[in-house]
Amino acid sequence: MKLHTLFAAAVALFLSTQMASAVEVKAAVLRIDYPSLLPISRYDLRPSDLGFAGAALADEDNGTTGSFLGHNYETLSRAVPPAEADSALEDILADGIRLIVIAARKDDLLRLADKAAQNGALVFNATAPDNDLRSEGCRANLLHVAPSHGVMADTVAQFAVWKKWRNWFLISGSNPQDIALADAYRKAARKFGAKITEERSFEDSGGSRRTDSGHVLVQRQLPAFTQGAAEHDVVIAADETDYFARYLSYHLWTPRPVLGSGGLVPVTFHGAHEAWGATQFHTRFEELTGRYIKPEDYNVWLALRIIGEAVTRTSSADPTAVRDYAISDEFELAAFKGQKVTFRDWNGQLRQPVLLYDGSITVSVSPQEGFLHQNSPLDTLGLDRPESACTAFN
Amino acid sequence: MRHLFLATVLALLPGFPVMAEKAFVSNERGNTISVVDTATWEVVHEFFAGNRPRGITASPDGTKIYVCASDDSLVRVFDANTYEELPSLPSGPDPELFVLEQTGKRLYIANEDDNLVTVTDTETRTVIAEVPVGVEPEGMGLSPDGKFVVNTSETTNMAHFISTDDYKIKHNVLVDQRPRYAQYSADGKLLFVTSEIGGTVTVMDIAEDGTPTVKGKITFEVAGVQDEWLQPVGARVTSDGRRLFVALGPANRVAVVDVETLEVLDYILVGQRVWQLGFTSDEKYLLTTNGNSNDITVIDVAKEKAIKSVQVGQQPWGVVVVK
Repeated sequence: MKLHTLFAAAVALFLSTQMASAVEVKAAVLRIDYPSLLPISRYDLRPSDLGFAGAALADEDNGTTGSFLGHNYETLSRAVPPAEADSALEDILADGIRLIVIAARKDDLLRLADKAAQNGALVFNATAPDNDLRSEGCRANLLHVAPSHGVMADTVAQFAVWKKWRNWFLISGSNPQDIALADAYRKAARKFGAKITEERSFEDSGGSRRTDSGHVLVQRQLPAFTQGAAEHDVVIAADETDYFARYLSYHLWTPRPVLGSGGLVPVTFHGAHEAWGATQFHTRFEELTGRYIKPEDYNVWLALRIIGEAVTRTSSADPTAVRDYAISDEFELAAFKGQKVTFRDWNGQLRQPVLLYDGSITVSVSPQEGFLHQNSPLDTLGLDRPESACTAFN
Repeated sequence: MRHLFLATVLALLPGFPVMAEKAFVSNERGNTISVVDTATWEVVHEFFAGNRPRGITASPDGTKIYVCASDDSLVRVFDANTYEELPSLPSGPDPELFVLEQTGKRLYIANEDDNLVTVTDTETRTVIAEVPVGVEPEGMGLSPDGKFVVNTSETTNMAHFISTDDYKIKHNVLVDQRPRYAQYSADGKLLFVTSEIGGTVTVMDIAEDGTPTVKGKITFEVAGVQDEWLQPVGARVTSDGRRLFVALGPANRVAVVDVETLEVLDYILVGQRVWQLGFTSDEKYLLTTNGNSNDITVIDVAKEKAIKSVQVGQQPWGVVVVK
């Protein structure tokens, strides 16, 4: 039983319309489009406005709130091939923009974030999942809205352990990002008491993409590939590249559920998620964009809503003020996840529940019941304070 | 004399209960309204109420039931005695919650998808005004003097004070995350705004001219329940101004707050995912809608104890009691 009697000026800002001071909030979304093969499923085709659609909705949401406070929001969206990323960032900085959401891979992200830092800009990582960006590779001006490999693997691991599916058959891809994700699953197994009873690598030979007769080959090859594995309750797939995991369900030698990159997949959001007021969020998004939301759209929306919330509460769009407020104890944001999202002040990772999605509905949400933490159950996902080697936030 | 005698006999006979009052419960997923007799606590009727019925209220004389049929984008109207449907009212898109002024004339409706509050004349069945508000408007509270209607916007996180004279917003007050409900005290001197994700109730002093000043915040804590599940949604104050009841959503509890000290006195265990609250007219009982257990809980207000639960339709959302 707590009672906080707090004066208006101290915490809950009281603002009559005429008291508000004007703030111009200029932000940018920079997306690098890497050359890539078609996804396994047509449902996973990348829309041309991927991420930008989330920015458009965030501008509307922030703009509506801002209209009561004299705050104006304008977000520039740019998609570039990797070779043009640096000049695109220079353009953005030359426009005076110091709040930048970036959707890029680790090396590009770090280089761009460092360039942004030289100009005093704050960067939000919308997509890069690498754990080391939240540890030794962290940057003081880089906040991560995207969950890390660790957060995603822990999400799956907690669900599997809650189900008492403790014996895992780990199948990983052969590309570096697949290997990094597999490593996160090994750590998650250790962390939550699961056992990897069998482990195999599925070589990316470039031949397993969908073709006219692809399913015939898949149906023959996968049972043979998964034959003779040690006893396991589930198959955990680590396939960041998206070249085999979606094929695993129904093609295993031993019939088992598939989790991870195929089967039951951890996502920040999906278009069928209904709980916690999400339906009205989808209604707005679909009316604006004419399509269902993708995780990248949600991540970008969330990054810009974080900026909006910081501006609303502090009446400043200064990148340092936004960053300091975002990682402070005062910051909290509702994001259609049933609880407030906040930042870890040791590495700039956003704390958020993660949805487990089977391709049509939300099957479960992690953290799972019973996984306790002295600070927040959300800190059972990903790198906890003692596990992160990040010092940029000290 | 004979009539009186007959009436007494009938009242004493089993099967002829005294029809004291009726509670109308909107069932969001079942698309129905359940009618509960508040003397016997039995469901006496259930009828189709439109698609996704949520906010529910009654005309001041208790003859008409108004319900936000969210997916039909209109307010449906029913005869409280015959349950017959009467002509609908225009509401704007996706009405969620509304408040009817004391005279019964103007209905103030929150349009969740369009960032609007729609003002509808219940007599002429026309829209009088549309007031732009913050993102995802939901909670609607009316000052007892009828001069202000307060709307809460769930994503903007503000309480907007709209003048009922000119439909202009006169004050905006930032509150905690996802404000769901606004409730004035009967004397109009206090306003309570619940914040579902913030986990708080913001309490405002209301000046003579309606100007709000944040006075404090109520927070909640239940042993063995994660803080994240303590999500304030519906709220009701007793007319003597002594007690505030707050529905705590997935915590499955109603908090009892001493309005004088703003201290939480007790947590009453009710059904699952408790959403909205409604008093009987004598304030003897408080009814709670429990969306996940498909029932309502009856709380004895004086004893501050749950005494009964009544199974209703699918996903009960709101409740109103009429004589």
